[in-house]
Amino acid sequence: MISIKNLHAKIEDKEILRGINLEVKAGEVHAIMGPNGSGKSTLASVLAGRDGYEITEGSVIFKGKNLLELEAEERAREGVFLAFQYPVEIPGVSTTNFLKTALNQIRVYRGEKPLDAVTFLKLMKEKMKIVEIDQALLSRSLNEGFSGGEKKRNEIFQMAMLAPTLAILDETDSGLDIDALRIVSHGVNTLRSADNAIVVVTHYQRLLEYIVPDFVHVLLNGQIVKTGDKTLALELEKKGYDWIKAAHGALEAQ
Amino acid sequence: MSKDDQILEEFTSKEYEHGWSVDFEADEAPFGINEEIVRFISNKKKEPDWMLQWRLKAFRLWETLEEPKWSNVHYPKINYQGIKYYSAPKKGGNIKSLDELDPEMAKTFERLGISLNEQKKLNGIAVDAVIDSVSVATTFKETLSELGVIFCSFSEAVIEHPELIKKYLGSVVPAADNYFSALNSAVFSDGSFCYIPKGVRCPMELSTYFRINAANTGQFERTLIVAEDDSYVSYLEGCTAPMRDENQLHAAVVEIYAAKNAEVKYSTVQNWYPGNKEGLGGIYNFVTKRGICAGDHAKISWTQVETGSAVTWKYPSCILKGDYSVGEFYSVAVTNNYQQADTGTKMIHLGKNTRSRIVSKGISAGKSQNSYRGHVSIAKRAVNSRNFSQCDSLLMGDQCGAHTFPYIDVENSTSQIEHEATTSKIGEDQIFYCKQRGLDEESSIALIVNGFAKEVMNNLPMEFAVEAQKLLALTLEGSVG
Ligand SMILES: Nc1ncnc2c1ncn2[C@@H]1O[C@H](COP(=O)(O)OP(=O)(O)OP(=O)(O)O)[C@@H](O)[C@H]1O
Ligand SMILES: [Mg+2]
Repeated sequence: MISIKNLHAKIEDKEILRGINLEVKAGEVHAIMGPNGSGKSTLASVLAGRDGYEITEGSVIFKGKNLLELEAEERAREGVFLAFQYPVEIPGVSTTNFLKTALNQIRVYRGEKPLDAVTFLKLMKEKMKIVEIDQALLSRSLNEGFSGGEKKRNEIFQMAMLAPTLAILDETDSGLDIDALRIVSHGVNTLRSADNAIVVVTHYQRLLEYIVPDFVHVLLNGQIVKTGDKTLALELEKKGYDWIKAAHGALEAQ
Repeated sequence: MSKDDQILEEFTSKEYEHGWSVDFEADEAPFGINEEIVRFISNKKKEPDWMLQWRLKAFRLWETLEEPKWSNVHYPKINYQGIKYYSAPKKGGNIKSLDELDPEMAKTFERLGISLNEQKKLNGIAVDAVIDSVSVATTFKETLSELGVIFCSFSEAVIEHPELIKKYLGSVVPAADNYFSALNSAVFSDGSFCYIPKGVRCPMELSTYFRINAANTGQFERTLIVAEDDSYVSYLEGCTAPMRDENQLHAAVVEIYAAKNAEVKYSTVQNWYPGNKEGLGGIYNFVTKRGICAGDHAKISWTQVETGSAVTWKYPSCILKGDYSVGEFYSVAVTNNYQQADTGTKMIHLGKNTRSRIVSKGISAGKSQNSYRGHVSIAKRAVNSRNFSQCDSLLMGDQCGAHTFPYIDVENSTSQIEHEATTSKIGEDQIFYCKQRGLDEESSIALIVNGFAKEVMNNLPMEFAVEAQKLLALTLEGSVG
């Protein structure tokens, strides 16, 4: 589904991604872990098409297309979704109104008819159940005054509405209480299918007990330095990152 | 140049949609202003002598006044002798019924999206259409007159309802009020007159559509709305002008009189030609609008969406004379390129327990300057009065300016004033967030800006809210740096 090869990205002359290689197939769940500042959110932003990064090397092929050539909105319409680590507030615009505009632009791009209000609301009702989100929240200004947990839940609700083929969840678990974590994870699992793929960025192995990954990658200093199965997350939880840093340091020194 | 800048370039180069003009054969005054011109205008309109005398008095006063300098706008000195003060399409005006309307004229308004054909009811809105100095058509007159509602051109009102005009003209905005009101009082051409009798809720929106067509002319219209006890009316004003390289002057006066328990809702969507991207041309919009809540429990509500004009100088105000009377001002002012807007309101609390509410949303883009200027004054006898003001500014890019000048006087200790102000910038992260969900840049900005202005937009009559939303988006498309 997505094939990232030797991806290098700079921001303001600082190289943040230093040769990322990652292959994600349909139906898979990949977890990306790594210390603060290692470049996880940067990778997510670069894939989603945020302005301001200079791609100096490498390629990203998504469903056969050169992703890096597409505008952010085109990537979204092609099926790339990013659940933000820090969702942005948009005063005066309700989630409902926002999603209706978004979904219909995506549909038009795909040559489908825009949904009328009734069908849209029906779809919304259905998806609201998946993450147990309240109608009242969706009528409020998008993310304005939302608690940290509400923002994250709203991100996953949007994911449910837009049904992406590749969803990147950037620390969706941070800020969620224990019950919310369970509900949101359950929501994500409901959305899992053989046709889509999910990349979860997280610091905690707890999330991975709910959303069980096929692969766990460790991102360090802009590179994926170790890949394993779900047991790698457990190991990281116990031992931290120092042993990987040490091993990787030795490798780089060679 | 960043990508956003490029998009900004593309969109701000979008042309003004109403920038065409039609060659009507026109009946015009020669250039310049003097007593002869004032007499010429009055004569053209076949006015009674009292009206001429009123104009002449205003003209003599105007000659003694100086153009105000206190606002935060800058423009080259206006040559008042280089303007024509009267221009009337030859075939327009003084028609007995809509059937007599010149088809060219009707087409002009159709092109602006305004139907003067009553069969094609504009959502049940009565329209008075004004081109340059004259009113060319007023719709639904008969329907309204059955209820005793008078809605006609100002010129007609001077002839047909002199007692009402004599009583109310200049009662809220005297000629002596300021430089531009004096000028308007001397040379005002046409406009609308609305009279809502006691106890009548006007069943349709009344609306005046102003169009400047001729070159080198000023437009000086005059609107007077009188709402008697327990009456209600919602009035809407729309304006456009052709694209011209020279600046054109628009100096209108609007007066509202609300008696006991009356409510007047006045909405404006102002889309005068703003000038081109380099700041050439555009309308100078120097307008005096004021309403008086003369009776107890009266209410006047101004809602304005200001998107056009090169320079705007405009402060729709309320004098809250009646006890428990209410004044509201909801404003969205958008400036782009080299536009300048200095706009706001005055709330003058004179009666007891009076309330006022100000919600101002300024949006600046390009190299424009956008100022809010507000004055809240609570007199000694206006005990237990309240004012709430909210002034929010939204900046797009880093070459524009937003300024707030709130003035407050409170002369008693039982009244309360609250003032909140915020300034924010449309964030790249907001736009990225929208794009990440599949919205293009244009829709993202439209969404964010309309969200910002929502509280004001919600006050517009339904029929116009959609139009205004589109206009807002159109003025600003891609203006993020
Ligand atoms: N605009 C910017 N200018 C300069 N440096 C930046 C910018 N954006 C990100 N960085 C730097 O890039 C590095 C990677 O940041 P990123 O947000 O990708 O880390 P992360 O792995 O997501 O960390 P966390 O776990 O804390 O979320 C950090 O050192 C950060 O300071
Ligand atoms: Mg991060």
